[in-house]
Amino acid sequence: MASVTLDKVNKVFGHTPIIKDVDLDIGDGEFVVFVGPSGCGKSTLLRLIAGLESISDGELSIAGQVVNDLPPRERGVGMVFQSYALYPHMTVYENMAFGLKLAKTAKETIHERVMATARILQLEELLERKPKALSGGQRQRVAMGRAMAREPRILLFDEPLSNLDASLRVQMRNEIARLHQRLGSTMIYVTHDQVEAMTLADKIVVLNAGRVEQVGTPHELYQRPATRFVAGFIGSPTMNFLPATLVTGNDAGCRVRAAGIGELALPQDTAQQVAGEALTLGVRPEHLRLAEAAGDNAFEIVNVEYLGNEVYVYLEPKAGETLLIHRSEAPSPWRVGQKVALVPDPEQVHLFDAGDRALGVATARAVA
Amino acid sequence: MTSRRLTKLVARLGFWVLVAVVLLYAVFPFYYAVITSLKPSGELFTVSYWVDSLDVSNYVAIFSQSSFVRAIFNSLLVSISVVFIALLLGITASYALGRVRFRGRTTVMLVILGVSMFPQVAVLSGLFEVIRALNLYNNPAGLILSYTIFTLPFTVWVLTTFMKQLPQELEEAAIMDGATPWVTITRVFLPLMWPAMATTGLLAFIAAWNEFLFALTFTLSDDQRTVPVAIALISGGSQHELPWGPIMAASVTVTVPLVVLVMIFQKRIVSGLTAGAVKG
Repeated sequence: MASVTLDKVNKVFGHTPIIKDVDLDIGDGEFVVFVGPSGCGKSTLLRLIAGLESISDGELSIAGQVVNDLPPRERGVGMVFQSYALYPHMTVYENMAFGLKLAKTAKETIHERVMATARILQLEELLERKPKALSGGQRQRVAMGRAMAREPRILLFDEPLSNLDASLRVQMRNEIARLHQRLGSTMIYVTHDQVEAMTLADKIVVLNAGRVEQVGTPHELYQRPATRFVAGFIGSPTMNFLPATLVTGNDAGCRVRAAGIGELALPQDTAQQVAGEALTLGVRPEHLRLAEAAGDNAFEIVNVEYLGNEVYVYLEPKAGETLLIHRSEAPSPWRVGQKVALVPDPEQVHLFDAGDRALGVATARAVA
Repeated sequence: MTSRRLTKLVARLGFWVLVAVVLLYAVFPFYYAVITSLKPSGELFTVSYWVDSLDVSNYVAIFSQSSFVRAIFNSLLVSISVVFIALLLGITASYALGRVRFRGRTTVMLVILGVSMFPQVAVLSGLFEVIRALNLYNNPAGLILSYTIFTLPFTVWVLTTFMKQLPQELEEAAIMDGATPWVTITRVFLPLMWPAMATTGLLAFIAAWNEFLFALTFTLSDDQRTVPVAIALISGGSQHELPWGPIMAASVTVTVPLVVLVMIFQKRIVSGLTAGAVKG
């Protein structure tokens, strides 16, 4: 168990910067999830921590010790790979014992640790099997066992569930969560799936194009996304974005106008903005209300998806091509072709400036 | 109905005739050598396609020559050494060429391939000078050196191709487990590379076992010769007599180990040669 600190960490491949000035504090025993679209650098960041890639610039410390130049085996980290990468010619037992053997651990200790790990992961029955005789979920558990057997201070997971089918993924997700509760060790987990991130993490790190967009608890990221990117990435279905203009505003609140919605009084602090500035309004599908309407300002319903417990209503946008989504509990009265007005809940509306940064809620209101 | 059945029959017949022709073409020379070796010298020149009498006097004759037995030993020594050295260098080189990124990797691969394209005769005189300079003339070590030069390019290419296909994450898993490159090669990659090693090793063995030109040029005395040269130099009682019987007996004797080896590694060779054709 250990904390991890990244201080202005950079990674450059050739001339292409992959990781740009990442600062991060990961506490002892925390479950941190790196999430972001493919190519955002989340796996590279994990590999930097593992020691599989060298750090171009900046400092990486584990438990207070700078480890930039330490090889992986001296960093006390264990890693679970996306493809599991089990040694195909070794049995489950040998797979888990390999690292301990190389560390010249006493035979009895190896046996004890492997058996203890196997018990936690329910692998006792499978110890004599080769990886090819295991199912996907079992291989996944062996991969975790191999990483755990050496009792690393930090466990790293690189998209460990992406090779499993949907139902098994939910099951393994639960097992990993319970494993963390049980071991209490620091875990860093990479995924592109925001559901995995939301359900597993104590702390989510959203990455985009090699930079940290926002760090926070799942709740913070959902409630107060710092940028438009985070707002669009966290939450499913994704947040609706509408172009808007600032009418008036100061540090206590503002009024904005959006096409098809009209003027809205919002609690955001717009002291830094000038009237007439272009903004983006963000509303989650679950924070919209629909009302029957007619005329130019009404939105047309183009599709209705029934999911059993809830209904998604898709609306033709006034600008752009992305359909707007409204989400409500089933049953829903709305039908394709109907014209409706959008009524957002002002308390749940997000406002982004021209640089896609979220505008903060006015201080007086935020306390209330 | 009957015509269709007839076409089927003809097609089948045609297939087996073709198989018979191929088999005859491939196996008959060897078969005739076996028969000849089992004939007493008096019957050598009567043409027959069957073994009439089992006469092992030719075999007794060649094995009673100490120089022939010595030649077999030399051949084994040279061939096994060549296989061992080629595989050791091939594996380590293929790790570097297949796994480590460095500038000029492709150039190195092409140079290695280029070396294997020279005909033996072209480098014979140069290699002779090298062997004289290294004081390896008339010494099996000289043959080991020269055969390895010609075997290595093939070995390195096949093993590199194979090494490249092993998943990157497997190596990284080994690194995370604290393995050095040498441990990764010997304990993770080597067990997975047996098919490729069996193939390349066997081909290297066959090449070294059958080689004639270098063996003739770089050895002088009977006790340093390898089998192909020894067979060629088996002579009869006079200038006009070619001792076919003992020559055939010797040829059959030295072919048997190869046949046995191929039988043993048959399955591995196939999987080694097709490795890379499909993923898996």
